Amino acid sequence: MSKGQLPRWVDYGLLPALNLIAAFIVSGLVVVVIGEDPFEAVKWLVWGALGYGEGVGYTLYYATNFIFTGLAVAVAFHAGLFNIGGEGQAYVGGLGIAIACLALDRFVPWWVTLPFAIAGGALFGAAWAFIPAYLQAKRGSHIVITTIMFNFIASALMVYLLSNVLIPQGTMSPSTRNFEAGGQLPLLRNVFTTLDFGQSPVNLAFFIALVVCVVVWLLIWHTKLGYEIRSFGANPDAAAYAGISPVRITVVTMLISGALAGLMGMNVVMGEQTRLLLDFAGGAGFVGIAVALMGRGHPVGIILASLLFGLLYQGGAELAFEIPTISRDMIVVIQALVILFAGALEHMFRPAVVAFFDRFSSETAEA
Amino acid sequence: MVYFESRNEIDAQVIDLIDQKGRATVAGSNVPAIELIGVNKSFGPVHANKDIDLVVGKGSIHGIIGENGAGKSTLMSILYGFYHADSGTIKIDGKATTIPDSKSAISQGIGMVHQHFMLVDPFTVLENVVLGAEGGALLKDGVANARRELKRLADEYDMTIDPDAVVGELPVGLQQRVEILKALYRGADILILDEPTGVLTPSEADHLFRILRVLRDQGKTVLLITHKLREIMDVTDTVSVMRRGEMVASRKTAQTSMEELAELMVGRSVLLEVSKPDVEVGKPLLKVEGLNVKDERGVRRVKDVSFEVRAGEVLGIAGVSGNGQSELMAALAGITRAESGSMELAGQKLDLSEVHDAAQMRDRGMSHVPEDRHRMGLVNKFSEAENSILGYHRESKYSKGMFLDKDAIRKEAKERIEKYDIRPPLTEMTAAKFSGGNQQKIVLAREIECNPDVLLIGQPTRGVDIGAIEYIHNRIMDMRAQGKAVLLVSVELDEIRSLSDRIIVMFDGNVVGERGPEATEQDLGLLMAGVNQEAAELV
Repeated sequence: MSKGQLPRWVDYGLLPALNLIAAFIVSGLVVVVIGEDPFEAVKWLVWGALGYGEGVGYTLYYATNFIFTGLAVAVAFHAGLFNIGGEGQAYVGGLGIAIACLALDRFVPWWVTLPFAIAGGALFGAAWAFIPAYLQAKRGSHIVITTIMFNFIASALMVYLLSNVLIPQGTMSPSTRNFEAGGQLPLLRNVFTTLDFGQSPVNLAFFIALVVCVVVWLLIWHTKLGYEIRSFGANPDAAAYAGISPVRITVVTMLISGALAGLMGMNVVMGEQTRLLLDFAGGAGFVGIAVALMGRGHPVGIILASLLFGLLYQGGAELAFEIPTISRDMIVVIQALVILFAGALEHMFRPAVVAFFDRFSSETAEA
Repeated sequence: MVYFESRNEIDAQVIDLIDQKGRATVAGSNVPAIELIGVNKSFGPVHANKDIDLVVGKGSIHGIIGENGAGKSTLMSILYGFYHADSGTIKIDGKATTIPDSKSAISQGIGMVHQHFMLVDPFTVLENVVLGAEGGALLKDGVANARRELKRLADEYDMTIDPDAVVGELPVGLQQRVEILKALYRGADILILDEPTGVLTPSEADHLFRILRVLRDQGKTVLLITHKLREIMDVTDTVSVMRRGEMVASRKTAQTSMEELAELMVGRSVLLEVSKPDVEVGKPLLKVEGLNVKDERGVRRVKDVSFEVRAGEVLGIAGVSGNGQSELMAALAGITRAESGSMELAGQKLDLSEVHDAAQMRDRGMSHVPEDRHRMGLVNKFSEAENSILGYHRESKYSKGMFLDKDAIRKEAKERIEKYDIRPPLTEMTAAKFSGGNQQKIVLAREIECNPDVLLIGQPTRGVDIGAIEYIHNRIMDMRAQGKAVLLVSVELDEIRSLSDRIIVMFDGNVVGERGPEATEQDLGLLMAGVNQEAAELV
């Protein structure tokens, strides 16, 4: 093993675990500072997320959102593009899903609506990603800046549409009408009646997310397009040499990325809320960045990281309820610490671990 | 410089390292500058250094020669603290020591000039020299000291340089001088140079050798890593040969020959001459007319270049690097857009100011071995198998519908590994882990096995060892024998002359002359220096 190389299990298992432990230790210190028992807090956090059926259901429900947005960010990463616009793309994608549901829900069963909703979400999400992609590919506007700005534009657009166009007459809340049964994804609690999901909104979108993970895995590692995406991301000069058009790859990758983000609405809009409402993405687009980083851009890693963040979301809510001094804001702090350690400080422990393994491997060589 | 009066004074172990003039060590010291005893280093299953013993006398130039992947760079990295030896002893000035990192190497008087310079381009020479050794929080004092010290070093070692010149604007030879000055400024007594002439023109290389001799005469010890036999013969006092991780021989340079060293390196006799059978030259397969290319800064780098390459012919483009060859190749390969000009390929005329699509060029039967395999020819993160289809990944034999047919790719990669003797023979190893010569073989296998009509090939043997050079030259000759058109760009005159049927010389973007392969080195050298053009301008 050459210097600086780590066994896969260390790279994909030990390092994320170390980052996580560091995040929890710092979070624990924060809890101590406000005068609570950190072990008690951890107990409630874990119990809230995994201790009972409804908690598990919510954990899976949140994880579903993060899988979609995490995949979106990861696909763009493979092409060397930093798509910060998952939030806006998810939001606009929800509009596509809602349009499909509103158009069809009164006439057909949900499984007929499903493909149209998927197509609508993907199409609208992709369209929202297209403009930044085109600007980057053709005009050199940096995609990080444009995708961030498009999050704000998406937000403003949706406020306008929800409060002026889509709002049913005579109502006060800025949302669409509720979809009928033909626009609702089955909830798992109604499908798997023997399992206990309590009243949690986890729905069929969870399985759609898993299927999409397989699709993304095939796309990135087993298709010609995936090969071109990875070539372009790893070495743009070699990609140009190979006749891979940077414009095409930038645009196509961002379309795929936007489409994946757009599918997030399947979970919230068609699964939980059965309507389109203000701000339904709720930051999942940004969590997706941390999920993609922590999951190393691989679908399996993304599923695991999504489950972790799902756990933090659900367990955090429970924790805030059980220990009132740990407010909702505190939970956000803890989540932020996890993002900080797993994302921004991802490489903090790497040199030490590398040094350790180098010494270890040279010792075994001597023996 | 004081020489030993009598050989008897000299330690028995060192005596082997003294040439007839007896100048391998300075007076009063019979302790070798560097002594390695039984050094081992493995990377996983690869035993990169096996029981290496090495003695380098003080005040000598010691060459280490070996093919790429022989373990030279690994050994030097151990000396410079990049790697830790698995076992063995390192003695510097006779004292056993450890070199845990490069900082420690520097403090023990070891300086290294890397193959790829470690310089900050926008900084001045002076700023680069003090970088990392500024001394104190305020830059001003350190810089003033450095200026004095730099002047002293430059005078002492005859390395004049403008301390306020911006490094990025200096020619490569001078950049290398900055690297050497950097090492000396840090108090290096032992200077390691890793393939220092790879980027230099012949005259720059000569200048470097003069500097190395001055350094030696002033008592510094120089370790020169190279795979070029001529350099070893020209400049070293003693030489050690490495082969497949082992130190196979040490010789006094004066008592060995190029042939012996070449044989020691590869373990068999190699032909340094290429056999060039007569081939019937056919119709032109590639015609270039009025090509002008600007670089991204808008400077015209290729100026109205026209030529043709016929079937069964190798056209060599000679020239000092940076005279438009790279831009010419990039435009022909469809990587960059030309300003104007056309190319006739496979009987069809293409306007190169419109068409710039590398995929289309490949479809038309042109393949391209780029001069910089790291930047362009390979995706270092990809496996050997993945790299073996780069640019050809759209072809139906590699795919099932939209999916890549990984089994077919791997099977073909295996065949090529066998055919081209790519080592280690692992399709799943990432390209970055192969040695330079084997990386080149991966690229070459890909670009030749697709059976192109026209092959563009840039610096085919840069950083490649002798065994592989011979192999690569023979493949190029095979292409020629099969009636293909080969356009060869190389800065190695020997290579151009022994492979080409016709030679054109580029200077400052212009084609300044055409010669046959019988042209003398002096003749070509003058053309490469643009003498023709200057003479014309004077008239």
